This record gives sequence, structure tokens and C-alpha cells, in this order.
Amino acid sequence: MELCNCIEPPWPAGELLMKYQYISDFFIALAYFSIPLELIYFVKKSAVFPYRWVLVQFGAFIVLCGATHLINLWTFTLHTKTVAVVMTTAKVLTAAVSCATALMLVHIIPDLLSVKTRELFLKNKAAELDREMGLIRTQEETGRHVRMLTHEIRSTLDRHTILKTTLVELGRTLGLEECALWMPTRTGLELQLSYTLRHQNPVGFTVPIQLPVINQVFNTNRAVKISPNSPVARLRPAGKYMPGEVVAVRVPLLHLSNFQIHDWPELSTRRYALMVLMLPSDSARQWHVHELELVEVVADQVAVALSHAAILEESMKARDLLMEQNVALDHARREAETAVRARNDFLAVMNHEMRTPMHAIIALSSLLLETELTPEQRLMVETVLKSSNLLSTLINDVLDLSRLEDGSLKLEIGTFSLHTLFRETYNLIKPIASVKKLNFTLSLSPELPEFAIGDEKRLMQVLLNVVGNAVKFTKEGSISVSAFVAKLDSLREFRAPDLISIPSDNHFYLRIEVKDTGLGINPQDLPKLFMKFVQSQPTKNSSGLGLAICKRFVNLMEGHICIESEGLGKGSTAIVIVKLGIPGRSNESKLSFVHKVPRNQVKPAFSGLKVVLMDDNSVGRMVTKGLLVHLGCDVLAVGSGDECVRVINHEHKVVFLDVSMPDVNSFEVAVRIHEKFSKRMDRPLIVALTGNTDRMTKENCRRVGMNGVLLKPVSVDKMRSALSDLLEKGFFVESK
Amino acid sequence: MEVNQMQRSFLEYATVLFREGFLDGQFSQLQMLQDESNPDFVVEVVSLFFEDSQKLLNDLTTTLDQQNVDFKKIDAHIHQLKGSSSSIGAQRVKNACIAFRNFCDQQNLEGCMRCLQHVKQEYLLVKSKLEALLRLEQQIVAAGGAIPVLSEFS
Repeated sequence: MELCNCIEPPWPAGELLMKYQYISDFFIALAYFSIPLELIYFVKKSAVFPYRWVLVQFGAFIVLCGATHLINLWTFTLHTKTVAVVMTTAKVLTAAVSCATALMLVHIIPDLLSVKTRELFLKNKAAELDREMGLIRTQEETGRHVRMLTHEIRSTLDRHTILKTTLVELGRTLGLEECALWMPTRTGLELQLSYTLRHQNPVGFTVPIQLPVINQVFNTNRAVKISPNSPVARLRPAGKYMPGEVVAVRVPLLHLSNFQIHDWPELSTRRYALMVLMLPSDSARQWHVHELELVEVVADQVAVALSHAAILEESMKARDLLMEQNVALDHARREAETAVRARNDFLAVMNHEMRTPMHAIIALSSLLLETELTPEQRLMVETVLKSSNLLSTLINDVLDLSRLEDGSLKLEIGTFSLHTLFRETYNLIKPIASVKKLNFTLSLSPELPEFAIGDEKRLMQVLLNVVGNAVKFTKEGSISVSAFVAKLDSLREFRAPDLISIPSDNHFYLRIEVKDTGLGINPQDLPKLFMKFVQSQPTKNSSGLGLAICKRFVNLMEGHICIESEGLGKGSTAIVIVKLGIPGRSNESKLSFVHKVPRNQVKPAFSGLKVVLMDDNSVGRMVTKGLLVHLGCDVLAVGSGDECVRVINHEHKVVFLDVSMPDVNSFEVAVRIHEKFSKRMDRPLIVALTGNTDRMTKENCRRVGMNGVLLKPVSVDKMRSALSDLLEKGFFVESK
Repeated sequence: MEVNQMQRSFLEYATVLFREGFLDGQFSQLQMLQDESNPDFVVEVVSLFFEDSQKLLNDLTTTLDQQNVDFKKIDAHIHQLKGSSSSIGAQRVKNACIAFRNFCDQQNLEGCMRCLQHVKQEYLLVKSKLEALLRLEQQIVAAGGAIPVLSEFS
């Protein structure tokens, strides 16, 4: 038995089989060599392939397999040992690599499979996103439709246009077959078909409001699908076709009153309209959610637009009403003005007409009193005169009051002396008070300014009226008038709203109190005092208008008047507060600026008093002469003692001698004057004017019988008081 | 208004004069004596004062220049001047006169000369100021306004 390593290929027996094996091996090798090449080529081309190492392994495996099969080709024929060795090596290597690859594939194949799963997952996700995109796009479309609809609806303020536009646009957007609006009737018990899209139904068709389907729709703010057979939905004539789906939504009708609360008005007294929308029949279309949402939004917008339209209508109505009222008011005002003018004209004429006979009566009665009359006749005439005076006053009062009431009376503001005002009032009332044996006192507070700005005449009128009343109603006792500057707290006690202004630098409040110990006033009658024509004491015949007029004057002077009394028989106090201006305080320079007091206010009490003045100094003579002339005297001025003695006569009441002249002995002159007039009656009063204040001079003056000494320079006031004292008492004592 | 302005400047000027002692309360008294029946009283008195004072000052100068100074005469003149100036309210002139009079009593010639100069000075000063004041018054009257009366100042 020979075992040889060579195997003889039995060509003839299995030659065909060998040939086929040979060819197959060749092709296998070819394939095995080309696959890695293809792999390498395609992997190089693709960018992403994570498993290069695997590829290499695989490549190696394939290559080795190919090599094995290739080498196998040589083993078909007799082959050397080298070939066998190479074959063996190749097979060993192949075995190694293939095992390694197999092991590797255990790791790799699950990974590859999971890649596939992930791919599937991503595809699903993409599909989902696509769907969602589609949804969003649809919603956006819907939003656009809503905006457009809203714009259309809100672009008009006309109610009908709003509603019509709504239906039209909705119908277009959603492709509706029919769209209808049911509005509640005035009674609120029925819904009336007001608007439809296709006009296929008679408008005016009503349906009771209490149907369950309607309640269902009204109770929610969402669009509700309703049955096509419900009465509100039976809008199309019943046809052979399947009616499309119907949706109804409520439309709130808002009133102006609903908007008074801050947040959106809640369901309280609400009225709704019903909007019914029908899809085309036989279309198999369904109401989609986004379409329902669109309908709801539109319903709300319509509500807003309708409320705007309603508000506009109401405001137009209000404006028309106002215009009418304006016209009526204007007319009324003109009528009132005409009436006032007519009344004023009437009063003016009547006043004149009434006054003329009154004057005649008064004048003639007075004249009659001057003639010889019997006591009875005198009494009668006096009564006639008194009554006519009273009537005349009443006529004046009536005219004043009517002018006061329509505000046509204006105060005549001027500067006047407060002291003078009070003194004159005092002088007027004192005689009457004395006759009635009443004690009458006047006290002025020292802080009262000397001058004030106001209506002097009317203030005097008020004062006279108040004081006169006090005197009239007091049988015995006293009347006291006191005036002072009102303090702020005393103003507040009246709690009059118009007295809130605090006295400032430009004005002050004058407070006058008139207290009397008279009859007093019943507290119940106090409020009636200032009313016209109401008398508290039926026994007294007061004019009835006096206090009313006083009150009006005081009001014009921005003041307050009231009368207080503790009761009948306990006397009364009248309090008058008026606002007066202070002169010269506001805009003058620091040096106070006193208005020149007009000459006739300073009553020259010495008018025409004849005096002689002796002074040798021409300037001094002129100054003293001017002073005396200013006071109203008739002055004869001389420059020497001789001349003085010569010109003096019994008409001269006062002689002023300047005793500071060095040449002339004025004392001698005085003696000579005394000698000239032997009769004491005719002797003029002698006054010395001197610059010396020493006692010697005064002694000398007295010794020669001078009646007074004046220290130079003499002021107007000093001269005035000296003269008045002199004339009253016959001498005067000079005070500094 | 212009009149208001003029009145204000008049008051200011008068205030200055009072404050500096050129005039005193007697001048205000003079102003008070001026009214509608006597509209030029102040002007007349002031003019008279100027005339009188000028004459007196001239006389004084002459008398003091003499060889034998007659102090009695000087005293008489000064007395007159003092009287006039006090009647018109020219305070500084009056004070100067009083000082002059003292020297005159002492028969102090040098003092008298000095005082005369002083009196003349004061007189000229008050003259120019009074003239200015009266001019202002005239302007106010010409413009139709009322001359403000100066009341007693504190």
C-alpha cells in the first residue's frame, strides 16, 4: 500500500464532475475577491458607515475564503507539497478569521437590527408631525377666517349690516347651506326669525323661547349640535335629501347697563339671540372642532358688534334729546329774560308814577303843618305825613328788593372813614334814643382801621336799619353799638360756607353788635325775621322789608347778619359781619400813602371865623395863614404889632400873636388889644404862637391874659383842636 | 400808569429827603394845607422861603464883612432864618441856624463865619432838592394825578 500525497485526478471517470467543481471553485474565488472590492468601493462612497473594522474583518474573511477556493483549484491535479502547505495555511487562516468574524457578528447584528427599529420609529414620528402640521395649518386658516369675519362685522355700526354680514361671511367660510338668526321679541317670550342667508323662509316666523333645545343652547357658551328636526332648524323645506348636521350657538345681546361692572358681565338678566348653522345636505360633511370654535368666536364678536351698535343708537338718541332740551331751555330763558325786563320796566315806571304823587303828598302835608292848625287838624296832618313817609319808604324798599333779587344791584365801592360812618349813625339815632330816654352808647375797637373800602351808603343803611329796629322795639333800658374786627373763630361760628376765606392783607371782616334791652324775639320767630313781609310782633308796624333788604346787602358784601334773642322780654342782639377792603395796603410803597381827604369831609367847623394873625416872619406868616384858611377861617395877616392893634375890631374872634419876635414885645401887644376892647364881650381871644417851651414864656403869657399858648410848628390837627377848645371853653390847654 | 410811576418816584424822593433830614414833618403839614381852593400853596410858600432866605443870607454876609460886626443884627437875621426854615420844615437849615445862634451869643466871629458857610451850604442843598421835588409835583399835576401826601413816618 503506497500512500502518496498526490492524488491522481481520475479524469475519465469523474472528469465531468471535476470539471464542474473546478469551474465553480473558480467562480467562487472570483466572487469572493470581487465582493470586498465592491464593499470597499461603496463604503468609500458613503459618508456614514460606523463599522469599518467589521468590514475589514469581513473583507479579510472573504478574501481568505476566496484564496482558499483559488488554491483549491491547484489541488485537483497533482500538486507539490508547497501547494499543500499553502492550502493548509490558507485554510487555517480562513478558519481563524471566520471564527473571529462570527464572534464579531454576534455583537453587531443586534445593533444593526436596532438601527432599523429606530428608522421605523422616526418615520412614524415624521408622519405624526405631518399630521399635526396639517392641524395647525387648518387652525391658522380658521383664525384668518375669524379675523376676516370680525373685521367685516366690526367695520360697520349698523345693526342690520352687522348681522347680514355675519351670516354671509360665515356661510362663505364654512360653506354652509343655510344660516339663520333668531332674535328675542320685545316680550322676551318668543324667538323670531330675523335674518336668514338664503331668504328661503318667511321672516317673522316665531318660536317660543322655552323649548328645551333652546334652553340647552342658551345654557352654554359653546356651539351645540342640534337635531335637524328641531323647530329652530327647520329652515329648509323638507326634501328627499338627508339634511346636513346643524349647529346652534347663543349670541349674547349686551346692553349699556351690563358694562358697569368691571369684569365681563355674568349671567344675570341676559337676553340671547340664537344662531343656527346648517351644513349642506347630503355632503357627508361633519362639524369639525375647529369649525365649532370658529362659530363660537364669531358669535361673541357679533355680540360685541351689536352692543356697539346699540350704544351708538342710544347715544344718538340721547344727543337728539339733549338738543331738543337745549332748544326748549333757550326758549324758556328768553321768555324769562323778557319777563324780567318787562317787570323792571313796569317797576321803573310805576316807581316814578308812584313817587310823584307821594312827593306831592309829603311836601304838601309838611307845608300844611307849618300853617295854623287846630290840634285835631295837626294830629290828622301828622298822621297823613307819617303814613305817606312810611309808604314812600316801602316803595323804595320794593324797588331795591326787586333789584337786589335779580342781582342787578351793584355795590358802589369807595373808600370811606369808618369812624365818620359810626359817628353819623350815632348822631342820627341819639336824638330818638334820648327822647325815649334810652341809654345809647357807641364803642369802636381801637384796632378798627380808620378807613375802609366798601359801599358806605348801603352799609349805613344796614346799620341804621338795625339800630333803628333796636331803638324801635326797646321801651326802656339801653342800646349799645360796638364795632370791632372779627376774629377767625367768630367767623367760623356762623358756619356760613361763604365765609371760609381767611381775612388777608387786603380785607378784613367788620363785626357790629347791636345789643338792646328791648322786647326780645320769640325763638320760633327768629328764622322768619329776614323774610319779606313777615312781622313777628303784630302790634308793631315795622316796614316788613327792612331786614330782608339788609340781609341782601350784607350778602352782597360777603357777610352775615343774624339776630339772637333769649326770648320775649329778654332783649336781643343783632350781629352784622361784612367784608371790607383795607385801603392802601396792597400795592403801595413802604411809605404809607394816605389818600388826600377831600376838603368837604373835614368839616370846617370854623367856617368864616374871623381871625387876626401877627407874625413878622413872612414865611411863617404865610404858613400859619394857610393853616387857618385850610380850617375855614377868614384870616387877616399882619407883620407888626402896631398894625395888629390898628386893624383888629370886634368881628375878630381870635388873635394869633407870634411871641418869638425879638423886636416886638408881643406881650405889650396883647395888653394893648385888651385895652382896646373894654367890653369883655367883644374882646377877641388871644393865642400865643411860640417856639419856646420854657415856663417863663408860659407865665408871661398867662400874666398878660392870653387865652392859650401854641408851640410852633403847629400841625393842622393841633390847630383844629385848639380852636375848637378855645371856642367851646374860652381857653385851651396845650397838650403835646 | 405813568401817573402812578411819577407818584411813586415822588414818594421815593420825598422819603429820601426825610430820611436824610433835609425835611421834617412840618413839610408834610404844608402839603396837607394844599387843596382845591389853594392849589399852589406849597409852591408859593417855598418860593417865599427862597426869596426870604436869599435876602437874609446876603444881609448876613454883608454884616459879617463889616469892621465892627453887629452881633445883634446877626442874631435878628438868624432868628428870622430859623423861623422861616422851621416853618417850612427845612430841618438841616434850622439846625445850622441854631448852631450859628450859639456862636453869635458867644460873639465868636470865626465860629460865625464858619456857621454862615454851613448855613449857606445847607440852604443851597435844600433849595435844589425842594426845586426838584416841586418839579415832580408839577409833572404829576400836569398828568392829572393827585399829589401823594406824606403821612407821619415812624
